[in-house]
Amino acid sequence: MLFFSVFKTLEGKEVVVEMKNGVELLGELHSVDQYLNVKLNNVRPVNADRFPQLASLRNCFIRGSVVRYISLSKSDVDVALLQDASRREAMKAN
Amino acid sequence: AELRERAMAAVKQPVDLVALSLDERVFVKCRGDRELRGTLHAFDQHLNMILGDVEETIREEVDGKTTERKREKEMLFVRGDVVILISPPVATQ
Repeated sequence: MLFFSVFKTLEGKEVVVEMKNGVELLGELHSVDQYLNVKLNNVRPVNADRFPQLASLRNCFIRGSVVRYISLSKSDVDVALLQDASRREAMKAN
Repeated sequence: AELRERAMAAVKQPVDLVALSLDERVFVKCRGDRELRGTLHAFDQHLNMILGDVEETIREEVDGKTTERKREKEMLFVRGDVVILISPPVATQ
């Protein structure tokens, strides 16, 4: 549940979701769930020239399994906290 | 620092080896002929990760020629299902 918690703290922040099909969407992270499905608001396509059909998109739901990357700002995360939380998750799994 | 020592003592499963690389540079080979180099900040049992100061290298075939494209991101979440391998940076780079 580590990444679910991380993304909950990022709600309201701007992110770029790159999907496995290469489509990149810049938007405000509205919500996330345990499967890391995401809902984005105020979506703008990053490569509008290659994907003109996305021009009319405002808000969307993205299934977690189709995501390749989510790009974040360094200022939105606390790396020391992330590292400690990861170590604790790894030890819990043992 | 104490958590780090306990993590090093607790290497039982392959995933525990990844914990040893926290806060270090790692090399990640991904599906789709992609490679990532970044600082490992977080991971879970699915190998979902958060990497910092990332350089992505994409190998593509354009008109029969293989070309390399590079992109940089300051902070990147990577979904575990695209990961093939995680390693300390390759010595030659």
